[in-house]
Amino acid sequence: MPLTDRINGFARKVPVWAVYILYLLPVPWLLYLAQTGGLGREPIKALEHELGEIALQLLIIGLCISPLRRYLGVNLIRFRRTFGLLAFIYVALHLLVWLVLDVGIISQIWADILKRPYITIGMIGFLLLVPLAITSNNWFVRRLGARWHKLHKLAYVAVVLGAVHFIMVKKVWELEPLIYLAVILGLLALRLPKKRKNQPA
Amino acid sequence: GAGFALSSQAVAADETLEPTSWEDITQYNNFYEFGTGKDDPVRYAGALTTSPWTVKIDGMVDRPADYDFEDIMKAMTVEERIYRFRCVEAWSMVIPWNGFELADLLEFAGVQAGAKYVRFETLYRPSEMRGQSSNFIDWPYVEGLRLDEAMHPLTIMATGIYGRDIPNQNGAPMRLVVPWKYGFKSIKSIVRITLTDEEPVNTWQQLQPSEYGFYANVNPEVDHPRWSQATERVIGGGLFSPRIPTLMFNGYEEEVAGLYAGMDLTKFY
Repeated sequence: MPLTDRINGFARKVPVWAVYILYLLPVPWLLYLAQTGGLGREPIKALEHELGEIALQLLIIGLCISPLRRYLGVNLIRFRRTFGLLAFIYVALHLLVWLVLDVGIISQIWADILKRPYITIGMIGFLLLVPLAITSNNWFVRRLGARWHKLHKLAYVAVVLGAVHFIMVKKVWELEPLIYLAVILGLLALRLPKKRKNQPA
Repeated sequence: GAGFALSSQAVAADETLEPTSWEDITQYNNFYEFGTGKDDPVRYAGALTTSPWTVKIDGMVDRPADYDFEDIMKAMTVEERIYRFRCVEAWSMVIPWNGFELADLLEFAGVQAGAKYVRFETLYRPSEMRGQSSNFIDWPYVEGLRLDEAMHPLTIMATGIYGRDIPNQNGAPMRLVVPWKYGFKSIKSIVRITLTDEEPVNTWQQLQPSEYGFYANVNPEVDHPRWSQATERVIGGGLFSPRIPTLMFNGYEEEVAGLYAGMDLTKFY
């Protein structure tokens, strides 16, 4: 298909560092908005929320990459690590805002992690991403071999936990977080093994 | 009488409070009738027509009627009350309300002997309140108070802020303010007040009974199941605004603790 060829050709020319810069631009922009009233009258929660939502979006982009190749022939595999690491950076910033600006009281932070299910779930999601970020470099990919792929399936668990965390933060059942979860579950469903009848005997 | 003494004491104590800015009070709101975002009310509440406005007072009262808001205002004495305002979401403001005591309005309609509770209803008008087209809440919004809470001198019907008419996003033309309870009890844009002998089921209690009760008294020792109520963020401090400790009954313990003598506040939350 000429269109996929053109997309693939373009993607090959885009340097990975350009994607990092593009997707890190929201950080200074959000800090600027927070300082100048652009995030509303209570910028701490707003900043926390924006960072968390971008993290979830980046994880979703990461989940799109293999179905895009498998079903549409669009090859963005060389950006998968980039989006994964960017997602980790945003989750870490989201957590940092919560720790430092939002709660800021050590005893309450610890109590919240243990006592509040949505925070416990968010925290588990973050902790699952830590080994993935650490082992994202070429050295670990080579060293771990097949085990690397197994380990990085943890991303599937982490992204579901992220969406559940988002749903639970809200006071009522809101549509937006439910859409995130539906999209994530849909993208994970595309990875299920094909039905037996489709497989060669 | 005792009521007057209580009220002047409270007003005196509140003079030390630093009021939140007009912008923060009127641009950071929870009013799900206009959407769930904090800036939805300021953006969309302009669509609401608040004049003419009728308040039905019915149930166990001597003079049940549809009262015109203008007529209510003619009969009431408006004064300023600077109150702490603590949202169940753990943020707070200090608001200089203008309003009259709810007790005066209830006496205006004549409370009958058997009445034990007051039930309030917000306007239901989806054509002007765009949030009401979502049905995650069984509209209209309902709140309730025990009669002694409603008659307490700290309980007011607010019709203004900073000496100006109360903006739509804050509950025009008339909303309840119960300063020792979480903000959701202070129901906005009221169209119906019913005196009853049955405890009303308020909207949040109906939505999530494990998280929101009938009383909703501010209490730093009883956490919301999903977050701590021990501290609160003061709105208006920007990115580095710290949390401050939440006070029992939002700082009105001296005035209202007697209403709940002998009650287990972890059970009646």
